[in-house]
Amino acid sequence: MLALAVILLLGGLAFLIGRWRGAALAPAGGRIGAVHSRPVYHGAYVALLALAPALLVLAAWGLFGGAVIDERVLSALPTDARPLTPLDSGAFMNEVHGLANGDFAAAFNPDTARAVPIYQQMRREGDLATLLLAVALLLAGGLWAISQLKPAFRARNRVEAAVWLALLLASIVAILTTFGILLSLVFESLRFFELVPLSDFLFGLKWSPQTALRADQVGASGAFGALPLFWGTIFIGAIIAMLVAIPLGLMAAIYLTQYARPRVRRVLKPVLELLAGIPTVVYGFFAALTVAPAVRQLGVALGYADASAESALAAGLVMGVMIIPFVSSMADDALMAVPDAVRDGSYAMGATRSETVRMVLVPAALPGIVGGVLLAISRAIGETMIVVMAAGMAARLTLNPFDSVTTVTTQIVALLTGDQEFDSAKTLSAFALGLVLFVITFLLNIYALRVVKTYREAYE
Amino acid sequence: MNAINFPANQPPDRISASIVPKMTARNIDVFYGAKQAIRNVSIDFSREHVTAFIGPSGCGKSTILRCFNRMNDTIEGARVTGEIRLDGVDITSPALDVVQLRARVGMVFQKPNPFPKSIYENIAYGPRIHGLAASRADLDGVVESALRRAGLWDEVKDRLKDSGTTLSGGQQQRLCIARAIAVDPEVILMDEPCSALDPVATAKIEELIDDLRGRYAIVIVTHNMQQAARVSQRTAFFHNGAMVEYGETSMIFTNPVQARTKDYITGRYG
Ligand SMILES: Nc1ncnc2c1ncn2[C@@H]1O[C@H](COP(=O)(O)OP(=O)(O)OP(=O)(O)O)[C@@H](O)[C@H]1O
Ligand SMILES: [Mg+2]
Repeated sequence: MLALAVILLLGGLAFLIGRWRGAALAPAGGRIGAVHSRPVYHGAYVALLALAPALLVLAAWGLFGGAVIDERVLSALPTDARPLTPLDSGAFMNEVHGLANGDFAAAFNPDTARAVPIYQQMRREGDLATLLLAVALLLAGGLWAISQLKPAFRARNRVEAAVWLALLLASIVAILTTFGILLSLVFESLRFFELVPLSDFLFGLKWSPQTALRADQVGASGAFGALPLFWGTIFIGAIIAMLVAIPLGLMAAIYLTQYARPRVRRVLKPVLELLAGIPTVVYGFFAALTVAPAVRQLGVALGYADASAESALAAGLVMGVMIIPFVSSMADDALMAVPDAVRDGSYAMGATRSETVRMVLVPAALPGIVGGVLLAISRAIGETMIVVMAAGMAARLTLNPFDSVTTVTTQIVALLTGDQEFDSAKTLSAFALGLVLFVITFLLNIYALRVVKTYREAYE
Repeated sequence: MNAINFPANQPPDRISASIVPKMTARNIDVFYGAKQAIRNVSIDFSREHVTAFIGPSGCGKSTILRCFNRMNDTIEGARVTGEIRLDGVDITSPALDVVQLRARVGMVFQKPNPFPKSIYENIAYGPRIHGLAASRADLDGVVESALRRAGLWDEVKDRLKDSGTTLSGGQQQRLCIARAIAVDPEVILMDEPCSALDPVATAKIEELIDDLRGRYAIVIVTHNMQQAARVSQRTAFFHNGAMVEYGETSMIFTNPVQARTKDYITGRYG
């Protein structure tokens, strides 16, 4: 911490010196172009060259220094005091760290007490050496940078290039993380497919992931036919929810874009979009506590005595409501993209507002609306909280909305909560489900974004 | 015959006693919010003549044009006062049904604005919403005759199912004219119909306008002085929301009464 403060302070100093040197290159009020870059850029350039290597050294020490010290502490101990296995070494060094930091009052393992002074000394030396190295690099970098400063020196371009590089690195981190997650999904899924054939998984009708915990256990061989889960996901997310969200979302968008006065629109549009900000868990318990019982009663009243407390309908209805702002804001964009001239053309033909909406605007905006609906579906099938709380656990292929069904996301949650051995087929199947979900939403998104994009271009 | 020039802001006389005006406007004021865009304009026009509206940008040509089919109703904050009659019947009353008015007074816009539908559906749109065709065969006939009158039939008869937006700009504009005449209106308002077109397409439209004269009362807004001279028989010059001068096109262009008109048509205006 102290080292970082020292380095940053010196870096600040480097900036000031660079700026001062840069300013000294030209007399004040000189004409533009006499010096290529303004003094700030000289300062920033010097600070950059001074700070970058020094900070790298500090970061490297922070990341790997601990491991290096531990290694050397262990090898510095007399052989009889060393822990035997790597696992023991870990525990041993943890105790050393605790003692050294004063977290532990006394040593549990007497050998650790011997290691503490060695550790403390190495830590001190290591920290000091790092700081000295960093300062040396800082001076070297800074001085070299200062030596380069000339009126013609392109400090501005170099600083801009550095900014570009930093931003590029930041976005690469985000992309690499996504890739890493995807890779781990793929690898764990491959392990799963060694245990369960892909076709059984994709097309099997029976989902019952209980595997035997002990070899002598009977009756729990595990079945991993995920088709009922896929059906449940589609039934809730792509059918019931969309039956709610598409008409309501579309009508809301039509009202907001074509009927509402500007003042009303300014108020209502953000309010509608607020719906999207409600945490899904709130929708979830609303679905479970309010909607599901009502749906069950409705089912019973309709003569379906077996209507369950958890149902596809309850989860789908609430999910549909959750998706409304999504659909309506996409439809809103699509309708707004239709040029006013087209709408005026319809009015000038003597068409009424609703004729114009029905016969011209919606058909014209249809590609954009369809794209929005596809994006909404991809959100709905990845949605977890509502279905976990209101859809149920029963994996079944049913068309009855009063039945409880289960979805991919619900099952992933169920599979990974509770104690599990990591490499059982049961646990690994969650990765396979996750992969399927990822692939489907990924393809849906790509396709939907393409549709929306070509649609936008059509009106530009 | 002498130029018939009316002093600004006075009801124009019959340009020729035998001609009955199709539309008459008296003392029209238009406001956008608090801003007045049209000041006390009175004008008549008839089927026999094409009427051109000229004047510098922002003088209110589009605004006054939109009064005749009540398109100003669609503009938030626009307010029109005065009296406008179509065949002697007042059309400014809020009780008047704009659907019927707009079936009788068609409009063609500055930028071609075909609907993103097939060529056929573009033309069939008006007849459909106004219930003008009893059968599919009827509708086919209406579509064909509108396209023929717009001089577009031969170019598109084999591709009626293609989207109207696949046509060239000039064809699109003629499609819009065909769309307007498919409901057989009495008046056609054109707001700079050629400003987005090249000279060849423009010439076609001008020819078309000439063909349509006599059947429809045509009002055309244009920035192009030669165009006004070519296609119109009557010209109104607007400036700053007021109608400065209205009369026979030939006289307006050769011998205007008002100094401001003269400055404008000789290009001396700003
Ligand atoms: N929707 C509107 N809201 C407010 N003011 C408007 C609106 N439309 C036009 N105006 C104003 O009314 C005046 C007349 O505009 P109008 O469009 O009728 O002019 P124009 O003669 O058609 O011009 P141009 O030749 O450039 O098309 C202008 O000052 C314009 O700024
Ligand atoms: Mg205009």
